Amino acid sequence: MAIYTREQAEALLKKALAYSKADECEVTLSGNIGGNIRYARNEVSTSGAEENVALSVESRFGKKSGVATINEFDDASLEKVIRRAEEIARIAPESPEYVPMLGPQKYVTTKAHFDSTAKIDAAYRADAAAKSIKAAADKGLTAAGFLEHSTSFMARLNSKGLFAYHPSTVVDFSVTMRTEDGTGSGYVTQDFSDVSKLDTGAASQIAASKAVNSRNAKALEPGKYTVILEPAASIDLLRNMFGNMDQRNAEEGRSFLSKPGGKTKVGEKLVDERITVYSDPMHPEIPSAPFAGDGRPREKTTWIEKGVIKNLYNSRFWAEKTGAKSVPNPGGVVMEGGNQTLEEMIKNTKRGILVTRLWYIRSVDPQTLLYTGLTRDGTFYIENGKIQYPVKNFRFNESPIIMLNNLEALGRPQRINGNLVPPMKIRDFTFTSLSDAV
Amino acid sequence: MLPSIPVFGDIISPERALEQVDPALKKRLADVALNTAKSSGASYADVRIGRYLQQYVFTREKQVQNIVNAESYGVGVRVLANGTWGFAATSDVSDKGIAKAANEAVAIAKANAKLQKEPVRLAPVKSYGEVSWKTPIEKNSFEVPINEKADLLLAANAKAMENGASFVNSALFQVNEQKYFASTDGSYIDQDIHRIWPNFTVTAVDKASGKFRTREALSAPMGMGWEYMVPKASEKIKGPEGTGLMGYRYAYDMLEDAALAAKQAKEKLTAKSVAAGKYDLILDPNHLGLTIHESVGHPLELDRVLGYEANYAGTSFATLDKWKSKKFKYGSDKVHIFADKTQKGSLGLVGWDDEGVKTKQWDLIKDGILVNYQAIRDQAHIINEPESHGCCYADNWSSVQFQRMPNVSLSPGKQKMNVDQLISGVDKGIYIAGRGSYSIDQQRYNFQFGGTVFYEISKGKIVGMLEDVAYQSNTQEFWNSCAGSCDESDYRLFGSFFDGKGQPSQVSAVSHGSAHTRFNGVNVINTARKI
Repeated sequence: MAIYTREQAEALLKKALAYSKADECEVTLSGNIGGNIRYARNEVSTSGAEENVALSVESRFGKKSGVATINEFDDASLEKVIRRAEEIARIAPESPEYVPMLGPQKYVTTKAHFDSTAKIDAAYRADAAAKSIKAAADKGLTAAGFLEHSTSFMARLNSKGLFAYHPSTVVDFSVTMRTEDGTGSGYVTQDFSDVSKLDTGAASQIAASKAVNSRNAKALEPGKYTVILEPAASIDLLRNMFGNMDQRNAEEGRSFLSKPGGKTKVGEKLVDERITVYSDPMHPEIPSAPFAGDGRPREKTTWIEKGVIKNLYNSRFWAEKTGAKSVPNPGGVVMEGGNQTLEEMIKNTKRGILVTRLWYIRSVDPQTLLYTGLTRDGTFYIENGKIQYPVKNFRFNESPIIMLNNLEALGRPQRINGNLVPPMKIRDFTFTSLSDAV
Repeated sequence: MLPSIPVFGDIISPERALEQVDPALKKRLADVALNTAKSSGASYADVRIGRYLQQYVFTREKQVQNIVNAESYGVGVRVLANGTWGFAATSDVSDKGIAKAANEAVAIAKANAKLQKEPVRLAPVKSYGEVSWKTPIEKNSFEVPINEKADLLLAANAKAMENGASFVNSALFQVNEQKYFASTDGSYIDQDIHRIWPNFTVTAVDKASGKFRTREALSAPMGMGWEYMVPKASEKIKGPEGTGLMGYRYAYDMLEDAALAAKQAKEKLTAKSVAAGKYDLILDPNHLGLTIHESVGHPLELDRVLGYEANYAGTSFATLDKWKSKKFKYGSDKVHIFADKTQKGSLGLVGWDDEGVKTKQWDLIKDGILVNYQAIRDQAHIINEPESHGCCYADNWSSVQFQRMPNVSLSPGKQKMNVDQLISGVDKGIYIAGRGSYSIDQQRYNFQFGGTVFYEISKGKIVGMLEDVAYQSNTQEFWNSCAGSCDESDYRLFGSFFDGKGQPSQVSAVSHGSAHTRFNGVNVINTARKI
């Protein structure tokens, strides 16, 4: 058994915790059932399934901590793993960043588990791949795609009375379609908690039309262009920005949010006033765990409000040391947008470039959050409200901070990799060279 | 590709890492998998019983942040049924658990066979019987007490702080793969593989201006034991005059490097910002390793060339027609690049790959011409190779094995030449050392690479430090601008400990050897911005 109900998990954790002789003890049970199918050249290349369940124990004596894990749950094994964690704790050095374990917490309830997704089997996977391959073959295209699903849970109990349980499901699908002459390529990626929202055949049509329409791209001179970034294009740049919003790094002077003299940019307007970003574990489209990895409750939190930095995530240790608020990091985030569809945004563009995907994004300068990377799988020139022709891929060097200051318009947000992000129109996006890659 | 650091498996005590599973037991369990798969209808089966051990130590300034001791033990069964691959894995290492996984692998193969256009064709492989292999280490790093390792990292941190660092984060990664492979072709291969990587990042902050700069360690990840951590004068290669840099071959001096790193991180705060333009570049092996990795290693993976990685890592510009022409000029005449899984101290070094093929060395680019790819058993026939190159790898028992990059290295120059002599011929250039930002397109044409330290070269001499440097080029243009390398005495390995590929993504470790090498007239951009 890899998936435990709340009651089953609590019973096992209580039994394990009863063996503890440490000052503090926390037991965590997590399990996962997953599968995947991968295809390329219009046939399946690999496919697999996996089951895992493990119990992890953290025991503490004073400021010393030890961790041990096990995947057998008979009484003797439970006692053994508790004793092992205690042995490791006894010989560990004292942690200078010790904070006591949390007591009972109140968590919001999120619906992140869907039976539809939990029921996915090998036959479903083969059928999902077949639909996608058919969409390619019907248009003379070659598909390479991947579908991966997972049903998982995490349960935690500690000696201070904290109990947490969270079940979830997720399915991720993506496919790249290429034309036979190798001059066109299109991509689509979708992820859902509830697989009944996924239609791999319909999604594949998006990749297919991008592949067909991106054939024989023309070269434009690199330079500064107005761009429309689809969510699949902007998500990695945005995630890199959110991933760097740590309070301690900012106060230590090694973040884009640092200011001279150990100060931070919290409370300052850093990007366009139309930018508001928040996280909410209860959001129905992107439900996530109601607690962070250390057990702190996740609540609705605003990170950027009307362009002003409102909150940075902050560890319990650093919060205590600096007398500040402790803020757990979020699951997925929501960037608010407008009501325009992507088509309407294109219609309202005099001259610009539609970017559908960015690739191989790497940090160039953490001080300015400058990143480089390339467009991929369908880049198009827009003039007078219409897509005119496909263009060759560009390399960009751009900072999401500069980008979000050069905002022209926001569209309707869509789920992308567990986040909700709108398509964005940005002026003066910096392309620095051309790539021959298709 | 460099994904975030993965930790697999269960947390264990350090002593348990020194235990080994009895090969006789593994043989018996392997036979359960092979016999079950065959009786369920598999025409071929292989099984990997793997115990994957990781010990990671993380510190910052004066404190140990985290120590990870993890073990992952389980079995992966791969089968061919109805001409189609199937794979299943389990952590239940019992007769029952293994038989269940073998049956599931066959069921998956049969479910997918209806989507298969042509049956899988495997290149023949010799039956090796019962054999074993071990990384030739002098001292198993898992035997070294954790306190000793933590003390070494903290001593390196102290060196950095004494020399002006504002912050320092250091880490030590150690991996031991105890892998047992068996197949219906009649091989039972027991291997014990070791790798190690010490690393740090030193940060210097100018509080008044708010500016910060980092300098990465100039260590290399190696297929070695603890001996890599013990400094040896004979393994040091002096860097260019005027830089204070030191190259490390088969032994690293972490304290020495940390002290220099702090000085250089501080110097970077006030270094001259580069003027964009064309420069001749002299690239240090600790930097050039990843340039080789991205612009030669990945594009010559045959699965990429064929389209199997199209949805993630991408395809390749180095298409089969270019190889077939026997005239495709990948680089200048000075460029000789070879692949191997046999080089001393390298991350790729093993006796047999993860489908039971004995490892070897072969040429990829000879005198500048593309001559071969990297291929495994089910791909060899596509490039008319009589056998696999022996570069199949899975990062865990629970992952399916597939084609992974072997070591890919640039041969050193034949004429005697040290780095100062190489620099003396450059009128206007930049010397680049260490790892920085690496980005390349999905067909491996256009790239932009940075480094960790940069020096201006004027009239044959290093004249001072530069900042905000990155070079952009096209793979073929870049390698054709190669004007030669230092000799064999300057040759050393660099590599990637966590190279990512595949869906679900798997990591692998791979080395790249080279000596200092010159490239002429490369486009350099200035990366300074204001936010």
